[in-house]
Amino acid sequence: MKAAVITFPGSNCDRDMAVAVEKISGKAPIRVWHGDAALPDGLDFIALPGGFSYGDYLRSGAMAAKSPIMQSVIETAGRGVPVLGVCNGFQVLTESGLLPGALMRNIGQTYICRTVPLVVENSQSLFTSRYEAGSTICIPIAHHDGNYFADAETLDQLEGDGRVAFRYAEPVNGSQRNIAGILNAGGNVLGMMPHPERAIEDELGGSDGRALFESVFESLSVA
Amino acid sequence: MKVRIHVSLKPGVLDPQGRAVHHALEGLGFVGVEDVRVGRLIELDVADSTSDEALDEMCRKLLANMVIENYRIEKLEPKGVDA
Repeated sequence: MKAAVITFPGSNCDRDMAVAVEKISGKAPIRVWHGDAALPDGLDFIALPGGFSYGDYLRSGAMAAKSPIMQSVIETAGRGVPVLGVCNGFQVLTESGLLPGALMRNIGQTYICRTVPLVVENSQSLFTSRYEAGSTICIPIAHHDGNYFADAETLDQLEGDGRVAFRYAEPVNGSQRNIAGILNAGGNVLGMMPHPERAIEDELGGSDGRALFESVFESLSVA
Repeated sequence: MKVRIHVSLKPGVLDPQGRAVHHALEGLGFVGVEDVRVGRLIELDVADSTSDEALDEMCRKLLANMVIENYRIEKLEPKGVDA
């Protein structure tokens, strides 16, 4: 399996993401810099990590979404390669148009850093096949701008098409319909505010995030 | 040419910052404040030849997020126009 983790100026979860990918897949991912013109050939998986790319200037993820590497990410995602964006990575995915909606300031105005219960809404996706639909998992969040917004029509479409992957079990940050993670129409791009890469072994406080990586990597080995 | 880009949240999009500022104004004793919306002002200094289309594209591609924001372009007096 050939995976890549992209680092933007201000990313700070790129190492955690790379460690999670390596521990679970057995192979270290390629580290890609945002200024690179293109991704390496033949990638099977791309991760956009959390952090504060460009200091969250303008809007969280807005500047990173226009960085040189993103054109290549958009093209590669268009070919069906799985792309996971966590936290700032989710913000980059919405700002780049790979996922609908926007992530606004948390309703309570505060940065929230704690482990929250999530309901797995869809266990049929590339990223969630190792979970049971309707089950509750515990994953850490750490964000200021995680308040998911989309218009009612988009939200209805997301729900109708089974593209809400994870929902907060209780209101956390003001997100519309408590949405914590969504899929693109093709099902190969997942954006989520919670950090599965911070929950891959009990020593880190929990291992509920592990199955997400196992789901993707399993789908790749079967393919 | 100086150009001001006014970026504001679309009507109907909840503005947590605006709400906090509203509460703060009330806390300071100001009465009659019905609503507060916080936006962003971006000042550009561009070549006088910059087209309206280019300014529009700058807003749509980067300066505003069209999912949640509206923008208004205000062109100030071009440089070198002396009466």
